[in-house]
Amino acid sequence: MHIKGMVWRFGDHVDTDLIIPARYLNLSDGKELAAHCFADLRPDFPSRVGVGDVLVAGKNFGCGSSREHAPLAIREAGIRVVIAESFARIFYRNSFNIGLPLLEAPDAAQALKEGDRVTVNPASGEIVRELDKAVFPAEPIPLFMQELIQAGGLVPYLRERRRT
Amino acid sequence: MTRPMCITEKILAAHAGREAVYPGELVQVRVDVALANDITAPLAIGVFREIGAGRVFDPERVVLVADHFVPNKDIASAEQVKVVRDFAAEQGIRHFYDPGNGGVEHVILPDMGLVGPGDLVLGADSHTCTYGALGAFSAGVGSTDLGAVMAAGSTWLKVPPVVRVVYEGELRPWVGGKDLILYTLGKIGVEGAGYKTLEFTGGTIERLPMSDRFTMANMAVEGGAKNGIVPPDETTRAYTAGRTLREPVFFSSDPGAEVERELHVDVSAVELQVAFPHSPDNVRPASAAGKVSVDQVFIGSCTNGRLEDLRLAAALLKGHKVHPHTRVIILPGSRDIALEALREGLTEVFLDAGAVVGPPSCGPCLGGHLGILAGGERAVSTSNRNFIGRMGHPESEVYLAGPAVAAASAVLGRIASPSDL
Repeated sequence: MHIKGMVWRFGDHVDTDLIIPARYLNLSDGKELAAHCFADLRPDFPSRVGVGDVLVAGKNFGCGSSREHAPLAIREAGIRVVIAESFARIFYRNSFNIGLPLLEAPDAAQALKEGDRVTVNPASGEIVRELDKAVFPAEPIPLFMQELIQAGGLVPYLRERRRT
Repeated sequence: MTRPMCITEKILAAHAGREAVYPGELVQVRVDVALANDITAPLAIGVFREIGAGRVFDPERVVLVADHFVPNKDIASAEQVKVVRDFAAEQGIRHFYDPGNGGVEHVILPDMGLVGPGDLVLGADSHTCTYGALGAFSAGVGSTDLGAVMAAGSTWLKVPPVVRVVYEGELRPWVGGKDLILYTLGKIGVEGAGYKTLEFTGGTIERLPMSDRFTMANMAVEGGAKNGIVPPDETTRAYTAGRTLREPVFFSSDPGAEVERELHVDVSAVELQVAFPHSPDNVRPASAAGKVSVDQVFIGSCTNGRLEDLRLAAALLKGHKVHPHTRVIILPGSRDIALEALREGLTEVFLDAGAVVGPPSCGPCLGGHLGILAGGERAVSTSNRNFIGRMGHPESEVYLAGPAVAAASAVLGRIASPSDL
């Protein structure tokens, strides 16, 4: 599975309040949440992001609250993979659970710019910048997390296991 | 003898049915208590149903607390709480709480004895790490994890390495747990304990009351930690005696147990602290705050909404009026604390001073309701996060502090210390 899309660039320590402000947490529908993704940081994000696009950030992406509404809003907005220098712990777990792959890739996180077109292989962790075919490595995704992504998240993963 | 281990490793090993565990290892663990609130439970209940689970693993070990947007702030919030209330009724979950019989989740679970020393607790709320103050392993997870835990009563966890902070010395007047944790965050940074255990030890911690220990463990997540933990001792025993539903198990770290990093703090040098916008690690002493005018003061939350916090605030507010340009909102952490505050005369002190006393709720801490900031406004808050827009308008500012600085600031209308009064 390859992901091809445009880069949306964010900085360090982007917290879950910035990803989805608490005033929208009385919603639990993914599409409704996506309409308010980054509402205070980049209000035009939901209307401009394309399906298959890639979010690139700095350190500690997703720090703060445990709200799963945050990765849900990002996924439903159209983002298919998030690349960052590092991720906060609960956000990391939540994203894989809902089937949104994350890649820890410090070199890519520093080099990639807004508007770059990239091809990402979440299984191998390979990130290619289309412009010059530069290849950036990522920390390999733990096997168990790969299984989650292949299944589409924890719910389909557990369902499959119940059937077998 | 098995390898020397830290408290966290021992609790994880006990819940994994193992002699020993190692940092970095993935282990399957039994969960003693699964917790969710009015924001995270609806998603978790959805997951629980999607998995096709019929019944929760044990209705006595699932705790559901409506505390974030309660009393219901709008129709959407009311619908969310209704989902949780109906689920509790359907599943025979006795431990469903709202402001009338409960309060803020991380205040009421320890007070009601629903969590105790040696427990493994997972909650769909990042401040679930609070119960580490009891010598329990407790960590925040998301709704999908929690939905799966409600079904299975178990999950996988990665064993975290340990960052130990050793506090020695005598605390200065008015300095408490909030100042110690803010000071620590200032030293290690918001990623300083990422994916790790923050273990709080030393002579100062041994003399620290439970309420301050809760405040410290509560903000472990602000350092990126998976869990915070305090070695349980006689103070823990006195607090939990006759309270906990299960027999408490007291674990302690072995001498020679491996820690990744150890820091030492001489608390006699630690002043009252304030975290400036927009990060909990952006701390400086209150004495070095400069002239920062304050539009609102919030005293409450899972960090500092306990009776001891209210007593301290009342001691400073007694005989004073809040500054005419400053609104002061005080939300006791639970119904029981509100009742005790009334009996002790604290509520009268607050109202006499010109503060408003509201229901137990997380409300203003996350910009939910009961005290939202307008653009350009500044708040001193005893809560745990001061991210951009955390308490309202994206151009508002939040300054985090303990109840002493909050109360002094309320009177003077600017960031202040009790010595300024």
